[in-house]
Amino acid sequence: GVLERSREQLLRQTCEAVLLGVLHPRTAISLVLQVLSDAGSLLSCCLNAACMALLDAGLPLAALFCGVTCALQPDGTILLDPTARQEQEARAILTFAIASSNRKVLMATTKGSCSVEEMQQCLAAAQRAASTVFQFYRDSVRRRYSKC
Amino acid sequence: MAAEGGTAAEALVGQVVLPGDLLLLPAHYDEDAEGERLRLSAGTAPQGRLLCGPGLRRSGAGLLVTKCGLLRHRPGGGGAYWVDSQQKRYVPVKGDHVIGIVTAKAGDVFRLDVGGSEPASLSYLAFEGATKRNRPNVQVGDLIYGQFVVANKDMEPEMVCIDSSGRSSGMGIIGQDGFLFKVSLGLIRKLLAPKCEIIQELSQLYPFELVLGMNGRIWVKAKTVQQTLIIVNILEACEYMTAEQRKQALAKLSGN
Repeated sequence: GVLERSREQLLRQTCEAVLLGVLHPRTAISLVLQVLSDAGSLLSCCLNAACMALLDAGLPLAALFCGVTCALQPDGTILLDPTARQEQEARAILTFAIASSNRKVLMATTKGSCSVEEMQQCLAAAQRAASTVFQFYRDSVRRRYSKC
Repeated sequence: MAAEGGTAAEALVGQVVLPGDLLLLPAHYDEDAEGERLRLSAGTAPQGRLLCGPGLRRSGAGLLVTKCGLLRHRPGGGGAYWVDSQQKRYVPVKGDHVIGIVTAKAGDVFRLDVGGSEPASLSYLAFEGATKRNRPNVQVGDLIYGQFVVANKDMEPEMVCIDSSGRSSGMGIIGQDGFLFKVSLGLIRKLLAPKCEIIQELSQLYPFELVLGMNGRIWVKAKTVQQTLIIVNILEACEYMTAEQRKQALAKLSGN
């Protein structure tokens, strides 16, 4: 459907921004994501899974990226990684894709309405949370290479 | 570990690095000293140019890591840095010895599947002792062990089965029987290291023939089918077993 298509487009733009496609001309790189269970924050989960898949496959990347979802509740509080219930009750849901180099924003998508200041606050919170995700990547890779 | 400004390359040797990490090189590998630099005294700085191996790209003042893995360093001859990464998909590299499967014969050229994104081409004259009258007997589906003479991202890879002096030195059509299977590239590199323990232990078990292709393909042939399959299973499991587990498995087999 249209929603899946838009998610595919967002994922594709994010991956194309970090992948060094110069090293693989005339080659198609296809990424297949299968949703096993959806408990909220689906798009950022897809982004994290995509980054780990590209890392595992050994494709040359300029930086890592991660996805963080923020939910803006009606009273103005920011909730990170909302569950499906919290997403439904929220006023706005913002998803950001953040790169590991200087925490730059690769992709931002919003559902619902929020003010510019609120978006900036959500962005700052997401950038702080991204560090936790990158540390998780590092720990997973470390565990994998500890067996060699 | 915040690596926005970059960390010294020597500090990370032997540790896990991730794409996006910036490695700073020591001061005597300055970018502006492209040519020879006159030294008034016998300095301790190593001569020669630094080699930037797989998984690394030059960027500004240092090296940008593009693949995840362990950072390795070789001090000889100017030094070389590279990233030791586990991968299953092969990318053709010039000079690599690989096992290819013949998929088509197109006139004077064979098309081989080497596991990369494009099929490689092999000319019928690239065998030892081959002339226009004396063609090699290659059929579709045969296994060929050869090396790449042309392999870059812009051109179709080309293989040959002779070395620069015209001798085959072990390359060519792989014989009948035997078993071909695929493993990850990291395991192949481990098996190809000099004095590999796995190969030594296996050779004490049964006598067998082994061909290792850098594209992740291994061909094994032992006296009976059962022995061949045992060796195949051990090689496939080696990737995830520690040395003690492997010794236990082999002890159990040689006891039977």
